[in-house]
Amino acid sequence: MSDITKQSLSELVENIKSKKLSSSEVTKAFVERSDKSKELNAYITEDYANALNKAKIFDEKPDLNLKLPGIPMAVKDLFCTRDLRTTAGSKILNNFVPTYESTVTQSIWNEGAILMGKLNCDEFAMGSSNETSFFGSVQNPIDKNLVPGGSSGGSSSAVAAQLTPITIGTDTGGSIRQPASFTGTVGLKPTYGSCSRYGIVAFASSLDQAGPMAQNVRDCALLHEVISTYDEKDSTSIEFKRNEYSKELTKDIKGKKIGIPKEYRVDGMPKEIEDLWKKGIEYAKDCGAEIIDISLPHTNYALPTYYIVAPAEASSNLARYDGVKYGFRAEGENLIDMYEKTRSEGFGAEVQRRIMIGTYVLSSGYYDAYYLKAQKVRKLIKNDFDDAYKKVDAILTPSTPSSAFKIGEKTNDPVSMYLNDIFTVPVNLAGLPGISIPAGHDAKGYPLGLQIIGKAFDEQNILNIAYAMEEKINFKNNITDWWLK
Amino acid sequence: MAKVSENKSEYLINRRDNQYEVVIGLEVHAQVTSQSKLFSTSATKFGAEPNTQVSLVDAAFPGMLPVINEYCVKQAIKTGIGLKAKINKRSVFDRKNYFYADLPQGYQISQFKDPIVGEGKVILDMPDGQKEVGIERLHLEQDAGKSIHDLDPKSTFVDLNRSGVALMEIVSKPDLRSPDEVNAYIKKLRSIMRYLGTCDGNMQEGSLRADVNVSVRKKGSKEFGTRCEIKNVNSIKFMQMAIEYEANRQVDLIEDGQKIDQETRLFDTKKNETRSMRSKEDAHDYRYFPDPDLLPLEVSDEFINELKNNIPELPDDKKKRFIDEFKLSPYEATILVSDIDTANYFEEVVTKMGKNKDMKLAVNWITGELFAVLNNKNLEISKSPVSAKNLAILVNLIKNGTISGKIAKTVFELMLNGDKDPQKIVEEKGLKQQSDPKAIEALIDKIINDNREKAIEYKQGKEKLFGFFVGQAMKASGGKANPQLINEILKKKLQ
Repeated sequence: MSDITKQSLSELVENIKSKKLSSSEVTKAFVERSDKSKELNAYITEDYANALNKAKIFDEKPDLNLKLPGIPMAVKDLFCTRDLRTTAGSKILNNFVPTYESTVTQSIWNEGAILMGKLNCDEFAMGSSNETSFFGSVQNPIDKNLVPGGSSGGSSSAVAAQLTPITIGTDTGGSIRQPASFTGTVGLKPTYGSCSRYGIVAFASSLDQAGPMAQNVRDCALLHEVISTYDEKDSTSIEFKRNEYSKELTKDIKGKKIGIPKEYRVDGMPKEIEDLWKKGIEYAKDCGAEIIDISLPHTNYALPTYYIVAPAEASSNLARYDGVKYGFRAEGENLIDMYEKTRSEGFGAEVQRRIMIGTYVLSSGYYDAYYLKAQKVRKLIKNDFDDAYKKVDAILTPSTPSSAFKIGEKTNDPVSMYLNDIFTVPVNLAGLPGISIPAGHDAKGYPLGLQIIGKAFDEQNILNIAYAMEEKINFKNNITDWWLK
Repeated sequence: MAKVSENKSEYLINRRDNQYEVVIGLEVHAQVTSQSKLFSTSATKFGAEPNTQVSLVDAAFPGMLPVINEYCVKQAIKTGIGLKAKINKRSVFDRKNYFYADLPQGYQISQFKDPIVGEGKVILDMPDGQKEVGIERLHLEQDAGKSIHDLDPKSTFVDLNRSGVALMEIVSKPDLRSPDEVNAYIKKLRSIMRYLGTCDGNMQEGSLRADVNVSVRKKGSKEFGTRCEIKNVNSIKFMQMAIEYEANRQVDLIEDGQKIDQETRLFDTKKNETRSMRSKEDAHDYRYFPDPDLLPLEVSDEFINELKNNIPELPDDKKKRFIDEFKLSPYEATILVSDIDTANYFEEVVTKMGKNKDMKLAVNWITGELFAVLNNKNLEISKSPVSAKNLAILVNLIKNGTISGKIAKTVFELMLNGDKDPQKIVEEKGLKQQSDPKAIEALIDKIINDNREKAIEYKQGKEKLFGFFVGQAMKASGGKANPQLINEILKKKLQ
């Protein structure tokens, strides 16, 4: 069977279950394509030999009742994987091999999937273009020298380039949805507390969520079904009734009320984004949804709030990388000197910038003015959504204020880089689920995404809306395999 | 000249015409008695091989998350109840951020703004009456690991066995006024926690240590002086020495017209002095903020009440009962309740003595002979070589006249070796007291007969000689004759 890598996850599962394909055939196809695609720099660590071996073992005694039977996949290098190096895209964890497995990846392997390797990402997931990775920037398969978004840039690139049928990323301020938007793929940021954070290298604990990234909504729903579990090892994991998201997926969204927040019409928004949004509204109407104008009055404060809360938590979360126990250590004259050298050499510029911002906003004398104030604003932003959801079932916005940009274009302008997350950040601050689906192209032919934001724990609803709209939009990603030539 | 204070126990420092009062507040760190750590399942046994009780959470591996140990929460609440304190139904864990080699996370999880236990109090029994000491708060926090600097000339070794062990920090109000009160306070806290089983109070193993805040002010002044904090003192004796040194240092500075700097100091136990560690300006900025890995800790009324209903009798109540029920003096009761094991031992002796018991005698034997032996052998009463049951039998043997108090001491010596039954010792060694009046009468008749001249001298008024006859009678009976009978019969015969 040719073109195995062009198949969606759902097709691959179907073909393995009906024994038209073996896990070995599928794994070999993705390994070979990955191996030929080094120019994309999507992988930090390849584990191809092990993957092929595991596929062989699977095929010897295939359990076809599993949800991901013998499906190969690569995952973002923020998930700790037992016996396979986990770097978080950082020099400081360059040599770190966990002895344990994250809950999310464990759930995936429990359903029969096979690990092919670890995907590139911004250092400690801090970035919107994958350019802060110690392991170099990643190419967007859409066009040469185009960023794939970030921080899950290796993941979005690998899914779009069909190096892996599906993948998982993490999303603290948009790190799944923005790269999905930049690569013409689908990415879901689940409700905070839906997926366990155990074994995921922490960036900002109150915002971090793992989520699925896929080529279509159905695949996304299937993977979400696998990774959304209650976990006692994560105190912020929430026990609630989880759906069988893929089974319960429906295109019938007739009568669903979809809100359009006026505050998302930001100054200087490119016309093509505005047009995309209008088109999205029409698609939603075509699907039978009712469109309602709403207001989320504190939207303007979301980005500054995020850039206080996230760095504050990060500055503390990253204190453990001190050269004492594991990871990179620079020699020093004494303990303090060792700390300074280790952390100066081990962390990149963006990570250091955020540690400094975070340390500053938590400092005595500044805490009330920054951190405490930000927490209050965060509550107001959440209240905005709560009020809106009295009137609507979901909210439709653009995923990003622009399409993908060129590598190096924004590296010297952190604020412009931060603005990338303007539509995604409020969702993390409010702990809500959000999904980005590809919805069109800009003048350059680069993909653009629409974001559907749901009520807490209402992933099924936004998956359904995305599923219905996906059919109407009928988006085709334009991947030319330029890097193979 | 210093005036003599009316209150004898008042602790004042005299310089020229000035009298200074010492104001002390304590931050006691008490290790929670628990099989596992505050946020991980690692064991907490003392003295284990280095780094054998360390989980991935304790060593702060990437992606590891804390999960609160419910047992430690219960222990903290029980302690709060024992301190008659307000239990906060909602408390918050914060991160206290600082870098150190034995602090793997780079922060300590503690409680800053919203502790689990609020204001309470402890009653001290001082020689001149009771004194109430206010408790400001009690909060839960993680212990750090241990840095070992003396194993290698170049490197420091780190042992993380202690990393993450649950501590209760108990902060007193600045209500203490002397080293003696500090002694009484620590002992009372320790006693309460041992009654509750929430902290073993073992200071040698570091289960109980304290930061001591000391300031001085002129007697009668209402305002507090500038305080210094003496860090991490691990014995009551050192606390007392540190306070004495520090208070005198501060008084000297004031008398010299100098200012006291608010600072953190260390107590050098070898030189018996405190030394500046860091000034207020150099104080760490710990950047406290709520730990986003943990939700606020919420406990229900039912949860608290369930614990309240299972609180054992505490020292103050037990003391009252000992006085009421056993007619002990307050002094005796205080000694017996001060430690849970002593109180339990005493109560078991009382039970085992049965109906016809001599409470005074039992108390005297415990606080006298038994305590002396325990002191000599440096043993806890829980390791007493004589069981409560056998001590009760011994006391009963004295009470019912089977043996004299003097013989009892001999029997007690023999009991020490393998907790022997005193009844058996008495039988085997033939130590039973002779209480047959006829036999004693015969014995006395013989002695008077053999010492006719002395008997006459006695009758003529040399009363000292009575003792001689008692001694002769005891000797003749091999020490077994009932001394009371000897007295009675001798008196009759010598009339």
